[in-house]
Formats: sequence, structure tokens, C-alpha cells
Amino acid sequence: MTSFVKPKIRRLNEPTNGLGKTRADYDGAMSTLCAGCGHDSVTAALARAFYELSTDPKDVVKVSGIGCSSKTTTYFLKDAHGANTVHGRMPSFATGAAAVNKNLTYVGVSGDGDSLSIGLGQMAHAIRRNVDMIYMLENNGVYGLTKGQFSASSDIGSKAKKGATNMLPPIDPAIMALSIGATFVARSFSGDKQQLVSLIKAGIAHRGFALIDVISPCVSFNDHKGSTKSYAHTYQYYHKAVHADYVPPSEEITASYDEGEAMPVELHDGGSILLRKLDKDYDPTNRASAMEKLMQSQQTQEILTGLLYIDESRPAMAEHKKLPETPLHSIPYSKLNPGADALRKLQDEFR
Amino acid sequence: MNGPGINDFTLRIATVNGTGSASANGLLMKAIFRMGVPVVGKNIFPSNIQGLPTWYEIRVTGDGYAGRDGETHFVIAMNPETYADDLAELAPGGVLLYDSTWPRPQLLSRPDVTVLGAPLSAMCNEAFKAARSRILMKNMAYVGAAAALLNLDLGVIEQLVTEMFAGKEKLIPLNMQAVALGHDYAKQNFKCPLDFRVTPLDKTKGKVMIDGNTAAGIGAVFGGATFGAWYPITPSTSLMDAFQKYCEELRVDPETGQNNFCILQAEDELAAAGLTIGAAWAGARGFTPTSGPGVSLMSEFIGFAYYTEVPLVICDIQRVGPSTGMPTRTQQCDIQLCAYASHGDTRHLVLFPAHPGECFEFSAKALDLAERFQTPVFFLSDIDIGMNDWMVDELTWPEDYVPDRGKVLNAEQLEEVDAFYRYLDVDGDTIPYRTLPGTHPKGAYFLRGSGHTKLGRYTEKGPEYKEVVDRLYEKWKRAAAFMPEPVVKKSDRPARYGMIAIGSSDAAVTEARDRLEAAGVPVDYMRVRGFPFSDDVTAFIDAHEEVFVVEQNRDAQLMNLLITETSAPKEKLVPVLHYSGEPLNFRFVYEAVETALKVRKIA
Repeated sequence: MTSFVKPKIRRLNEPTNGLGKTRADYDGAMSTLCAGCGHDSVTAALARAFYELSTDPKDVVKVSGIGCSSKTTTYFLKDAHGANTVHGRMPSFATGAAAVNKNLTYVGVSGDGDSLSIGLGQMAHAIRRNVDMIYMLENNGVYGLTKGQFSASSDIGSKAKKGATNMLPPIDPAIMALSIGATFVARSFSGDKQQLVSLIKAGIAHRGFALIDVISPCVSFNDHKGSTKSYAHTYQYYHKAVHADYVPPSEEITASYDEGEAMPVELHDGGSILLRKLDKDYDPTNRASAMEKLMQSQQTQEILTGLLYIDESRPAMAEHKKLPETPLHSIPYSKLNPGADALRKLQDEFR
Repeated sequence: MNGPGINDFTLRIATVNGTGSASANGLLMKAIFRMGVPVVGKNIFPSNIQGLPTWYEIRVTGDGYAGRDGETHFVIAMNPETYADDLAELAPGGVLLYDSTWPRPQLLSRPDVTVLGAPLSAMCNEAFKAARSRILMKNMAYVGAAAALLNLDLGVIEQLVTEMFAGKEKLIPLNMQAVALGHDYAKQNFKCPLDFRVTPLDKTKGKVMIDGNTAAGIGAVFGGATFGAWYPITPSTSLMDAFQKYCEELRVDPETGQNNFCILQAEDELAAAGLTIGAAWAGARGFTPTSGPGVSLMSEFIGFAYYTEVPLVICDIQRVGPSTGMPTRTQQCDIQLCAYASHGDTRHLVLFPAHPGECFEFSAKALDLAERFQTPVFFLSDIDIGMNDWMVDELTWPEDYVPDRGKVLNAEQLEEVDAFYRYLDVDGDTIPYRTLPGTHPKGAYFLRGSGHTKLGRYTEKGPEYKEVVDRLYEKWKRAAAFMPEPVVKKSDRPARYGMIAIGSSDAAVTEARDRLEAAGVPVDYMRVRGFPFSDDVTAFIDAHEEVFVVEQNRDAQLMNLLITETSAPKEKLVPVLHYSGEPLNFRFVYEAVETALKVRKIA
């Protein structure tokens, strides 16, 4: 296996974004995943979201762990720095990188094995720190690269391709994230590109850690009858609860909506997210209510999607740690070196 | 060898931890230091917060040696539980002071030592009302008694007490009252001072008493580190405490109130490594302090940083292993671990500071080396250096120091190049250029721990893989010339024998060498300060018939590293191993070499 360069074909009158870039400028290398893999749709949605946001690719940092999902960081934004790190350890690497330069956009891509088994602790602590990043959890309920073992997100009763039945309760990343102070919790489906793109844009605009749990079926090892993470099963139980539109700072909310059905959430970048609730009694700004709704959906086996919870009030890591505007690597040494006098003075207590 | 004498003896204070004795012991040591007499302090403490035995050892060394003696001449036995051991520990002719408030059945078991009883608790119980202050004041009372017996300057003690309680001035007379209780009792009841005692010298000017972890933390501040991550572990915690303290004092931007640094407490050592590597990849100068168990946990990430060529500084403050081992006791037991940490073919740069002065210097040096060679660098200290106060030259920082940020291309440079390839050895010096996120689209690349070509692309092709790892090996070898050079102390006469040591073994080995020479056994000594070894190390071994490798572990880790990584003949190396967990002393080294040479003569 090797990585293939994706041919760049320019068409006449191709649409461009605010930076004059085409959608293809947000591509990366050719995907080496299986044909029909849900992850490729997520990759396409990420590229689309960055294109629509007119983000300069060089100002994005892509990070991932190990697994099929983690490979996808090479498949978009070739002009962005990327790092394919250690299994389950992307959150710490991303946190360290994000601490250095708060002016860049950090996108983490992980999977259910990478995040919910080997990396559960690291993901949890990145959530607690409210690192300013978007975290795509491409969730297929199975270990693909090692050919079909159950992952920690497999539902009880879900069947493996070779026939075994999972008996262990699943870890629901959305419920876990809510319970430890997450400030942006969303769920989507690789088959619903429109929803996914708008959630990604909202997540990028959000101040702090934005978790998007994406059901992303594995066509090779978990798309059969009896699997609860197959395309067929997901389509059947998919339930849109809250739709979220990102409205950039330059635009006004123009859509009309009925009281109780829609609510705007103001963001720190001056933009806002317009939430349109399909369930009227659901308040996605109330943690307990979101938690209750998610626990209920677990019982009814409904796959609740959309922006399930948002809290713009908690400071992100950069504010909490009082990180400077200048990236840590560019602070001149004259500012870092306290000088000979300070060194002499601080040694008074050692004499 | 030497016996107890004027400005030449060892005092050991046995107490129970959590009773506030640490400040009293520090006060005693500082008082001697302020009298111009060199001292060596060793805190021998349990992995516990309150209630277990702890000892503080102060060696008064007019000659200025920095290591332990190995004998104890004066014991202040405040812990009834360890009384028997403390008495047994005493060298013949020694003196023991105990709290005679309670009877001691073992009093008479040593006719060859002098036992002095002072009712310290009884006097303090009478003088002070609060229970807690009675316990604390008892410590000050033994300071007073010791001051009388050892001829310490009460004026100096009062000055130190005044400094200690700055801001809590009403405690000063109370503490001095307790000092006087002990002092007066000793004066009235014992022959004061003892034959071995302190007389003022002028040998501590320009010196400071500082521990290695604090010095390393200050070094990281002056070396321009902007990022630190750690998971709390004994005995490394105080390194990050120092970095944090001085960053908060000296690195907060006065105009914006923002921090020109970032310190993150990790959820475990795996995350501490990941945080530091992520920050270094993004361009910050960062480090993570830990100890052996932490290095074990970090190992996967260490290999990642090695193979992807990300600068990484790990300060390993060694403690006794294996496993949890003895967390508050010292060893040099992670030498092999740090040299080769992680799976696959990995080899790292290792610095061996020997005292806090070098901790200050080498923590900054480690940052330079990591960024110059884009690779993990270990700063290998231990609990003896890290947590004990050592007398060293006042720390000074070179005015003209400029951090070596290594080969990083900026936006203008990237604009000039046709194409950028992360792992291409453009200059033929084994070190490729790197770029930082957010700089320039041409600088974008993908960092991966999977097989990659010199152009930075994924590969599973043998020749492409080999090309990169072969360069990594050459890069590592090249670093030998950039490590701090070995320090050699040659005998005045031609010496058939040599000694090699690293780190905290240095003080004891230096003294043993001098004393061996004085006893008619000329020995040359080389202190190695970095790995990979320079050619000087091989030459030193070649130049001697036998070389004693003195180190603090069971398995002769340094000796085996010398066998593997130099071309010196294996037969010439003789291990001298000390691994009880107490800091090395010169007598142990002297006797080991002397005995080995006697055996040679008989054979």
C-alpha cells in the first residue's frame, strides 16, 4: 500500500469561496479505504465545511490516532500540517499543539476503537480541558484494520460478521462527554452530508471542544444483517432531534421560525448557531435535559442526531491558561529570559 | 582514613516524618553553611506523609567534598522506634543525643560511644502550651542542643530563624526560646563543645545551597522553555514546581497579564509525553519531568518522537526500581532504559548531570540538543541530586546565550524553496529541516509514525524505509560531538587503573580517588556527561589496564552500555555497584577498589 496523489482537475467556471479557492483545493491524497466506507463521506464533509467557511488550509492542524478513521487526515486539506500520532493518544498531542498557537483551527479525527477503548482516558481529559478543537469520532462499532473485532461502542446484541454476539454494554461517547462537562456534543451519520457539514461548521466556530460522534458504517466488517451500525440499521433508526446552522459573523439570521422551535446561540467569533428543534420539548442548552433525552434514546434504540448540547459560556483551555496571542514558539527570547539580575535575586533564598 | 575532627564529621538526625523536623534540619545545615563551612545534606525519607522514620544527614566537610562520608559521628535520636538502629549506626567514639524525657532500655548496649540525654520534650511541654507547637518546638530545642555541642553561632541561627518566619514575626522569639532551652541545657550538663565541631571558615562565599530539581526548573526558564507537561511522581514533582513558580514570578507578561508559558498537569505519563511532543511539533520548547515508572509509560511516544523526529526533553529523576520500588530512595537504574527506550531500533541522547549546577546548565542544554537534533533527549538525574540541597557555585547565565532552535524554515524561506520535504537531508548533516503549523502552505507535511520515505510519504518498501532509519542512526552518532565532554581528573603519577562514573556518583568517586592517591594508589577518573559516548571514553579505557565502573544499580547498566557502545575491550571493565537506595559514599568506593586491587596482588 502506498499513498496516491489525487489528480487535480480544474473545471471551467468552477465556484470559488471567499479566498478564491475551489472545493478541490481542500482535498488531500487519494483515500485508500474500502469502497463505500462511511469515513470517506466524513472526509468529504470536512473538506466541504472548510471550503464553505473559507478557511485558509494552512491555518488548520489535523491530528489523528491509529485506525481506519485516523488514516483519513491525509485525505483532506493537503496544505495543512497533519499528524498521525499514537493509538489512542491523539488528544494529548492535539492539546499540546493547540496550547502553542491559539490562532489555528485544530481538527482531530478518531474512531470508536481509538477513542472509546485505548484512548478513553485521553479523550475524556481533552473534553475536561475544553481544548479548542473539533473532534470527529468516526463510529462504526468495529475494529476494521484488524478485521472485525467488536469495539466499545458495539450495542448489546449486535452481531459480528462471523456470527458472535456482543454482550457488553456500549460506551456512548455523547453521554460520556455530557457527563464530564463537554461544551459541544453532536451526533450525525456519514450518510447525511448536509447535516454533517453544518455540524462541522458549528463545531469549528464553537469556543472549546466540539465532539461530533458520526455513525460511519464499515462496509467490510460491520454492514451485515444483525449489526446495529450498518447503513440499513442506521437509516431505519436515525432520528433528527436538533438541526444546527452556523451563521457567520457577517450574516444576519434571516430564516423565520416559530417560537419554541428554533433558537439562536451566540458564538464568541461573533457568529451564531441557529438551532432548529424537531422535538419541541428538547432544550439543547440544558445538560440534564440532553442527558435524559440521550438515555431515553438508548432505551428505544433510536439514533438521536443533531447538535445535542451546546454551552458557549465555559472558557476554552487557551483562556483558562491565559495563553498569549503570540504563538509560544515566536515569543522573542529577550521576553523569555528573566536576565542576570533576576537570577541573582532569586538565589537569595539559597544562601 | 579520616575520623571525626574540626569541620570534619557527619551528623545524623533521626525523626518521625510529618513532625516539622525538616525545617529544623535545614536550619542546622544552613547555619554551618553560613559559618563558611562546606556541608553535604542528605534527606533519607519514607514514601509516606506522616508517622514513619526519616533521617537527615549533614556532613560537615572543611575539605569541600560533596559526597557522603559513609560513617556517622553524631546522632540526634529523636525517634524511639529507630533508636536501636541509630545507636548501632554510630562509629566508635561517636556521640548520641537523645530525648531523655522517656527511658531508653538500650542505653548501655554501646560502651564505645557517648550517650547524652536531654529532656527536650519535658522542657518544651513545660514552656509551650499548644500541642502542635510543643512538637515543633522540640525540633528547635535539639537545634539549640546541637548548636552548643557543635559550636554553632547562635547569632547565625537567630538570623536564619528571623528569615524563616518573615511575615510571622511573633513566632521568632518563641522559636529562639526553644533553641535556648536546648542550648542552655547542653551547656549546663555536657562538656561543650565536643572534640569534633564547627569552626568558622571562608569557604562558602559565592556558593548557594540548592537542590537539583529546583536548579533544573530554573534552567528551563532561562533556557527559554515555554511548555511543560507532567504527571505528578516522586521524585520529579519539585522540578515542575520550580518551573511553575519561576514562570509565574518572571514570565507573566506585565502588559497583557498573559502567560508566556503553558504548564499542563497531565492525566498520566502517556499524556504528559503526548502533550510535550504535540507542543514541540507545533514549535514550542517543551519538556516533561518524570521518573522511571513514567519513562516506562512514555515509551511508545518516545519511539514516535524518535522516528518522526520531534524534539522532546524528558527529565528522568531516577528512583529505586523495579516496579514501584522504593520511590524516595536513590539509584541510577534507568540508564539502559533511557538509552534505548521504546520498541524497534531506537537510541536516544542522554545527559548525566552530577550536581545542581549542572542540572541548571543541562536542562537548557537538553532543550538545545532536542531542537538541534530533532529527537528525544533524556536529562538523567536522580533523587540524590534532585531532592537534596547541594553546595554549588552561584548559578550564572551566559549573557550571550541564544537558544538553538535548530533547523526550522520560516515563511520567507519556504517561499524561496521549490518544494519542501520533511525528511530530506538537504545539507548532508543528517538533520532535515522542519516547519511549524500555520507557517506556509508549502511547508505543510504529514507527520506519521508509520513507515515513511525521505520525502515524508507513507511506505512499506524496504530500501525507502532503510534510507530513513540509517540516517537516524548517523544523526544519533553525530550528536556525540555535541554532548558535554567528559571531565577527567588525572593522577599526578602514571596510573594503571582508571575509574568511570556518571551523575550523582561523582562526588563520592572524586573523594575516593583523592584518598586512594594519598594512600599510594594512583587512579585516573573520567566522569562521563553524555550519551552517545565520545571517542575520549574509548581512549580512556584503552589507556588503562583496568577501569572500575562505579554506578548505583545492580546490573552494571553503565558498564554494559560502555561494552556495547564503545570499542573498548570488555575484559578491562570492572563493576563497582551500589544499590541500597542510599546515596553513594566515598568509603564504599574506596574499599571496593582497594579490595579489588588487593585481590589482584594476591593472585
